[in-house]
Amino acid sequence: MNENDLIDEAGIASESPLQIMADHLREIGQGIVLSSGIIHGEIELQVNAGTVAQLLMLVRDDRQAAFTQLIDLTAVDYPERKDRFDVVYQMLSMSNNMRLRVVATVGEGQTVPSVTGVFMAANWAEREVWDMFGIFFSGHPDLRRLLTDYGFEGHPLRKDFPLTGHVEVRYDDTQRRVINEPVHLVQEFRDFDFLSPWEGMHNELGGNAAKADPDKTAK
Amino acid sequence: MAEMQIKPITMNFGPQHPAAHGVLRLVLEMDGEVIERADPHIGLLHRGTEKLIEHKTYLQALPYFDRLDYVSPMNQEHAWALAVEKALGIEVPRRAQYIRVLYCEIGRILNHLLNLTTFAIDVGAMTPLLWGFEEREHLMGFYERACGARLHAAYFRPGGVHQDLPDDLLRDINNWAKKFPDFIQDMETLLSENRIFKQRTVDIGVISEEDALSLGMTGPCLRGSGVAWDLRKNQPYDAYDEMDFDIPIGKTGDCPT
Repeated sequence: MNENDLIDEAGIASESPLQIMADHLREIGQGIVLSSGIIHGEIELQVNAGTVAQLLMLVRDDRQAAFTQLIDLTAVDYPERKDRFDVVYQMLSMSNNMRLRVVATVGEGQTVPSVTGVFMAANWAEREVWDMFGIFFSGHPDLRRLLTDYGFEGHPLRKDFPLTGHVEVRYDDTQRRVINEPVHLVQEFRDFDFLSPWEGMHNELGGNAAKADPDKTAK
Repeated sequence: MAEMQIKPITMNFGPQHPAAHGVLRLVLEMDGEVIERADPHIGLLHRGTEKLIEHKTYLQALPYFDRLDYVSPMNQEHAWALAVEKALGIEVPRRAQYIRVLYCEIGRILNHLLNLTTFAIDVGAMTPLLWGFEEREHLMGFYERACGARLHAAYFRPGGVHQDLPDDLLRDINNWAKKFPDFIQDMETLLSENRIFKQRTVDIGVISEEDALSLGMTGPCLRGSGVAWDLRKNQPYDAYDEMDFDIPIGKTGDCPT
């Protein structure tokens, strides 16, 4: 039996609580919610970035929905898309024991209104997203970097940011202080293709892995 | 003597400080002994786990989760394993579910022993730490017998656990569990009604229920503020729905709860 599709005693398929809630959310968020769905037992709503704060306040204050907690706020980077970022808000309703995911698609350089006024939890989460992805939140009280080093440049969780970073830190004996200098790799960076039986060797051997990615064989 | 207005002192704490557990920098505005404002710089311990596992498979990513919280490594692995199982729709064998629940609970005891006793040492009590770490040794011994490592276990897998438990281990855990309540009793006599401990913790750092919800708090901190919410009860994962256990809920949301 499908978990989203409970059958009542009369044998008529009735809507699951999750489906009822999804419909209810679409109703109260009329004009805001672009699309909705149920994925892995969690409701997912697509909205425009400009209306996120409004929707979050609606679902928090609605008596039936009562999504009173913002569990997490993060972003996902899809560099191949025109609007490359998804800002994701994970909500929890304790009274309904349900989870809700609000997703807003954002382009590079586009600002998102901060939701710190709705949930205090958004404060550091938005700082982290700014730090890691470079998505700017307008109206945030204190949008500084949260996790990276003092004077750090770039946004590490963007997919085009290299794993090694751009600078490395070491103690310089002559200057007697810690200095930043460009990353110096003593050997070429190796990104293993673990699905290939010839781990990391497809440059030399060819084979299926090399055929799938012709760029790596062309020297 | 004339009354004097004292300006709040801005104090830098850390990043390296003997009283700090780990590398944490706090910029504090102090009015006498009271902290008026704190600006924590938490990134000094950040390891870029998310970036690192972009270049790994699901199985290779698992040991990174031990390092997120090195006093309850298996619980972190569990979160990862559950996420992968949920995304891929994997069903876990019954025995593996029980083993994971058992080791999650051992991890929680390990964690609480460290948390409570180091908290006690921060407010000035030395003995709980020494007693607590003796118990932690037994538990880390169980970790070692299951997976070969005392701290960074890498034992859970998306889909189950790495290997079955060795003979006699369950019997030894059972023997230990029978003796452990005596230890808790000893701890109670040391801390619970201790005057100095209570003077330094009761009504300090109170978090109201409203704030706790708005801050997105979960777990013991949320329950300390009086919200009856525990994922093991409310959204039971693995074999938790078959377990019989009680969860304490706090009232005041201050330090001792």
